[in-house]
Amino acid sequence: MLPSGDTAIVVEFGDQIDRALSDRVLRTNDAVQKADLKGVTETVPTFRSLLIHYDPLVTSAAELIEQLEPMTDADNEHSFASRTWCIPACYEDDKAPDLTGVAERTGLTADQVIEAHCSRSYHVYMLGFLPGYPYMGDLPVELCLPRLENPRLRVPPGAVAIVTTLTAVYPIESPGGWHLIGSTPVSLFDIRDPRPARLTPGDEVRFTPITRQAFDEIEAAVAAGTYLLTPQGTHS
Amino acid sequence: MTGGLKISAPGVHTTVQDFGRVGYQDMGVPVSGALDPESLRLANVLVGNSRTMAGLEVLFQGPTMEITVDSLRIALGGFGASIDVLSPEPARVTPWRSTVLRRGQIFRISLDGTALSCYLAIAGGFDLDPCLGSLSTYTRAGLGGFQGRTLIAGDELPLVLSSASDGEDVRLPQPEEFSLQRPIRITWGMQRDYFTDESLARFVTEPFSILPESDRMGYRIAGPRIEHQSGHDIVSDGIATGAIQVPGTGNPIVLLADHQTTGGYPKIATVISADLPALGRRKPGQEIRFEVIEVEEAERIRRDREKALCRLEASLEPIKSDVELDLDALYGNNLISGAVGIEE
Repeated sequence: MLPSGDTAIVVEFGDQIDRALSDRVLRTNDAVQKADLKGVTETVPTFRSLLIHYDPLVTSAAELIEQLEPMTDADNEHSFASRTWCIPACYEDDKAPDLTGVAERTGLTADQVIEAHCSRSYHVYMLGFLPGYPYMGDLPVELCLPRLENPRLRVPPGAVAIVTTLTAVYPIESPGGWHLIGSTPVSLFDIRDPRPARLTPGDEVRFTPITRQAFDEIEAAVAAGTYLLTPQGTHS
Repeated sequence: MTGGLKISAPGVHTTVQDFGRVGYQDMGVPVSGALDPESLRLANVLVGNSRTMAGLEVLFQGPTMEITVDSLRIALGGFGASIDVLSPEPARVTPWRSTVLRRGQIFRISLDGTALSCYLAIAGGFDLDPCLGSLSTYTRAGLGGFQGRTLIAGDELPLVLSSASDGEDVRLPQPEEFSLQRPIRITWGMQRDYFTDESLARFVTEPFSILPESDRMGYRIAGPRIEHQSGHDIVSDGIATGAIQVPGTGNPIVLLADHQTTGGYPKIATVISADLPALGRRKPGQEIRFEVIEVEEAERIRRDREKALCRLEASLEPIKSDVELDLDALYGNNLISGAVGIEE
C-alpha cells in the first residue's frame, strides 16, 4: 500500500492479469466501499490494484493506510456482487472487419473463431480507457493475439474486440488497436442512467451470436427505447 | 430561451468546467474540471457564486461574446488575462474583480501569453443540465458542459439570471503572484523502481519544457531522457490527477483533468495537489522544474494553501468608484507580473 501523491493510495496485490488477484481487488473494493471512510471520494478497481482517491483536506495518507490495512487481507470475509449478462453480437461481414484476419493468424476458420469467442463466459476485470470500456477475460488461448500493428483512428461504438487474453466492447467511437471480430447493437454506456455503465467489475459476460437481421432489429429496438439489456442472474 | 451569452467568435479552446465529475472513475469516466481550479474558485467568489460552480475555461486565446440578457455580473480569474469590452464603448476590465456588463455589449477574453488558462465566472451560473452530477465538459466522449464540446460561433449559453443583482462590485486587493520559476513539487510514484537512479536524479534537477502536443488529458514534456530499467509496459492500474507516466519514448506525460482513469505506463512521480493549479496555468513552450518532497509535507502544503485561499476570499473589498477601474487598467501590467498592490 503506497500513496500516489497526496490525493490517492494504491493497494497493489500483484502485477499480473489473474482471476485470483482480481477477486482480492474486488473483495477489498467492497470492504472499502462499505466502510465509507471519511475523506474517501472514490475507488477504482483494476486488474491488480485498487486506487483509493481521497480529499487531503479531510483525511491523510497515514490515517487511511491504517484504516485500510485490515481490509486488504487475502481472506477477508467480503464478497462482491456478480451479475451474469448475455450480450448479442453479430460476427458477420462489415460488423466483423478483422474476423478473417484473426482466422488467418490463429489458423482457425471464421466459424471456429466465433465459436471459441462464444464458448465461455468472461470475467469483467475492470472498466477504463473510455467511459464504460470493459476489460474482460480470459480468452481461449487459441484466440490470443498481439495488438494491431496499425491501430485504427476510428473504432465504431458497439465493436466487439479482442487482444492478448482480453475481450471488450467499445462503448463510444474511439481510436483502438484491438481486433474487431463482431459488433453488438446493445449500448453498454448510457449517461441517462444514474449508473451509466451497464457492466461492473466482477460481472460475468457471455456473447451470443446473432444474424445481421437480428442485429438490425435489436438496433432499431434500442433506438426506440424498447430493448433493455438485463442481467440473467446475480450471485455473490 | 431568454438570452444569455452568445459566442460571436470562438477562442482556441473554450469549455464549461466546474470542479469535476467525481465518483465515476470506476466506470472509466474521467473527472475533468478546471485545469486551474483556484482561479475558477476565486472568480466564482468574486461574483458571489459558490466556489465550485461552473464557469468558462479559456485556453490560449479567448472567445468574443455578446450579452443577450439585460445585464450580468462577471469576474475573470487568471494571469495576464483581461475582459476587453469592444463595443459600444471600448474598455478593459482587469481580472480579480467583478463588474456588471449589459445587453448588447460585446467583449473578448484576452490572454497576453503569460498563462495558458483563465476562468470567467458569471453570477448565478449557466442554465445547463448537469451530466452525472457535473457541468464539466469532457470533449473526448462528448459529455457535460455545452453539448459536450468546445464552444463555437453561434452558441448561446443560457444563464440562470437574466439581470445582475444590485450591489457593489468587489475585487481582490492583493492577487497572487504568477511565477514560472517556482518548481512544481512532486512525490515519487508507485513505479519509481522502473527507472534508473540516474534518471530519477535528472528528473528533479534538470528542466523540462511543455510540448505543443499537450492537451487537457496531459502535458507531454521533454527534457533529460528518462530511462526505464525494467520495461515500459505495466498491467494497467489507476491514475491520480498529476501522476507522471513515462512511455517508451522517455518523454514523460503529466496527467491532467481529462486523464484516463487507468493506464499502463510506469509512473515516476505525482504532482502534489497544491501545485496542480499552478501547473494548469503553464502553457506549451514554458518550462517545468520538479522538486521532490514527502507525502506528509504535500498534505501540510495543501492545508496551508487552503488557508491562504480562505484568507484571499475574506480579503475581498468593495470597489467604491469607477475611477478605480481606470487605475486597475493602468496597473494591469504590474498585476500580471506580480505583487504590486494598488495603494489608495
